[in-house]
Amino acid sequence: MAIELKMPALSPTMEEGTLARWLVKAGDEVKSGDILAEIETDKATMEFEAVDEGVVSELLVPEGSEGVKVGTVIALIAGEGEEAAKPSPLEGRGLGEGQSIAQSAIPEQPLSPALSPQGEREIKPAPAQTVSLEGGTPTTVREALRDAMAEEMRSDPRIFVMGEEVAQYQGAYKVTQGLLDEFGAKRVIDTPITEIGFAGIGSGAAMAGLRPVIEFMTFNFAMQAIDHIINSAAKTNYMSGGQMRCPVVFRGPNGAASRVGAQHSQNFAPWYANVPGLIVIAPYDAADAKGLLKSAIRCEDPVVFLENELVYGRSFPVPEGDHVVPIGKARIMREGSDVTIVSYSIGVGLALEAAETLATEGINAEVLDLRTLRPLDKGAVLASLAKTNRLVVAEEGWPVCSIASEIQAICMEEGFDHLDAPVLRVCNEDVPLPYAANLEKLAVIDAARIVEAVRKVCYR
Amino acid sequence: MARAATSKAASSGADALSNIKPYPASQDEMLRFYKDMLLIRRFEEKAGQLYGLGLIGGFCHLYIGQEAVAVGLQSSLDANKDSVITGYRDHGHMLAYGIDPRVIMAELTGRGVGISRGKGGSMHMFSVDHKFYGGHGIVGAQVALGTGLAFAHKYNEDGGVAVAYFGDGASNQGQVYESFNMAALWKLPIIYVIENNGYAMGTAVNRSSSETDFHRRGESFRIPGIQVNGMDVLEMRGAADMALDYVRSGNGPLLMEVKTYRYRGHSMSDPAKYRTREEVQDVKEKSDPIDGLKKIMLEAGVAEDVIKGIDKEVRRISNEAADFAESSPEPDLAELYTDVLVGSY
Repeated sequence: MAIELKMPALSPTMEEGTLARWLVKAGDEVKSGDILAEIETDKATMEFEAVDEGVVSELLVPEGSEGVKVGTVIALIAGEGEEAAKPSPLEGRGLGEGQSIAQSAIPEQPLSPALSPQGEREIKPAPAQTVSLEGGTPTTVREALRDAMAEEMRSDPRIFVMGEEVAQYQGAYKVTQGLLDEFGAKRVIDTPITEIGFAGIGSGAAMAGLRPVIEFMTFNFAMQAIDHIINSAAKTNYMSGGQMRCPVVFRGPNGAASRVGAQHSQNFAPWYANVPGLIVIAPYDAADAKGLLKSAIRCEDPVVFLENELVYGRSFPVPEGDHVVPIGKARIMREGSDVTIVSYSIGVGLALEAAETLATEGINAEVLDLRTLRPLDKGAVLASLAKTNRLVVAEEGWPVCSIASEIQAICMEEGFDHLDAPVLRVCNEDVPLPYAANLEKLAVIDAARIVEAVRKVCYR
Repeated sequence: MARAATSKAASSGADALSNIKPYPASQDEMLRFYKDMLLIRRFEEKAGQLYGLGLIGGFCHLYIGQEAVAVGLQSSLDANKDSVITGYRDHGHMLAYGIDPRVIMAELTGRGVGISRGKGGSMHMFSVDHKFYGGHGIVGAQVALGTGLAFAHKYNEDGGVAVAYFGDGASNQGQVYESFNMAALWKLPIIYVIENNGYAMGTAVNRSSSETDFHRRGESFRIPGIQVNGMDVLEMRGAADMALDYVRSGNGPLLMEVKTYRYRGHSMSDPAKYRTREEVQDVKEKSDPIDGLKKIMLEAGVAEDVIKGIDKEVRRISNEAADFAESSPEPDLAELYTDVLVGSY
């Protein structure tokens, strides 16, 4: 029976990719370990290896095809003496029986070392979700972040980027792609795996007047470094009576990714937002990612800039030119009159999705993106509450002592007279994030739960 | 412990470091070292008094006994270029820089005219003008931060060297070695000064450290180390000159273990039961850095009256600092919310 080769998932978050090049053709004999194709994800170009021996009977997806879903049958291999068979239905996800990604190690870091990304190739990310592109250039969040750093680095020689794999590897999530080529090794610096060490070096360099942008591969690893973020960076200006500043930016992906388990899936926004002396930013779309990162880099205060891996590949319109977004200002993503859904980061997308559903039920929801979590734009929250009189907070993170509970407190303390219903929070379940797909899905916030909470506060 | 430590270098490839010579100080220079060390001693004694009177609160870590380290080292620095960072036992390093004792003492008493406007306290004092970057309360943090200062010197190509002081206790923190690794990898201009006073709070070095020869702690990062007698200001200065020369020449980091001793407890609230009165007394009698220099000066023909004149002047300065610190007002209550952030958002 013919072996079906399916489009492999080459990273925890990959849903589709580009079949860049076939290295075999129909009729070729292949054996285990042969490279069959090159597949581009939004992060890198990977080689795709054969596992079984046989003859390639048919290539079903031509090279150059973009947006090939994971699990699509892309080729057939006939075993010895067999004839090519027609593919079975294309549904299904994951690796076919006759193949594997080069080695089976589950990547602890975002890209398995067994997969060899070819950093020198031009990578064209395939957008996972596109919103209206009117009024700007479609740009992925990943590119927007990179553009923000590059533009700021061009105008201020004090800015440098430091972190694990930011230079030669072009970024573990490809956010720093191209920076080494443009700015050189002096300003784009690969560190050893040594979070507290380079967080301290970054903070010290900022105290000495430089403008470091410190990338954490993910904020999970920043727990190793949190002493410098809080005790060294956040408190310095106050402790020195305004004498010594620490204008450093700590940035990287935060929150749950996909199927990476508890230690790599946590939203640290409430931790940092608890600390006076820090600016905490968590953008949702590409325009904000760019505009807010530029503000963060220019800012005289230490900034924790929380990105989200699942959003990196999404495209949004970004205004041309020097697009700067002010720190500390929330944004109404969707006007509404019946209820306010407050969110930030990836939760904003879910809130917008929920609002669409609610609209079909006759509930007109306003969606407010906080954007900056410290200082929090209380005025915007309270103004929207005054307008709609009902409020739900949607947060991809744990509920206890969360941004959501802070918003609830603000509404209770300062917006009580405007409330027609209790403020509800929709968060992740209060457990370490499980690995199993069904449990993970159960644990993480989704649009349906937001819809449900909104119905409740609207007494529907 | 300040057993009569003879200086030695421990590493390969740093031959230039193998021969530490006492600095051939002129009489004027000796008088200056004497005055600087004595000022730290008298200032710290005064601080101890004020603490006892309840005028200084919280933690207060005195530098008494270790004066030769900061004075010897910092007299060798180029004040326009080099930067210094240390931990929470920081009064001595600030005084050695010539920072006004009054604003230091006023910070200790939590007054609005204190160098951190009363918001830092004993452990959190800074003088960016003097390139003194604190004053850090988390043991070992200053090592990574200091490595960042060195990174900035190299990035800016300003010819400066960073000096990061830390203790034998901090030497067991992980981030120290993360910093060593990167400093050596990137050849950063930094001198890591381990002030080994024998005790990490109440734990003697042989109870806390598997390698008590701290100058060897950089070996696996190929950082050369030297060991210096920190009870001798001239030897400290000689070692500092050599170390700065080595680091400024682009050789990368250097580790300097300084054998010293603190006479007082770890902080004011430490009864110091972990060592005997005799041990402390023995160091004071045999190795005191101020007495030691005084003896050398007298032998060199400095008149006793001149020394007495300095004693008197230093006492006056520290008394004035104490009066100033006691009589200055506490910060305005409106200061509570200032300087949390630099910008307005």
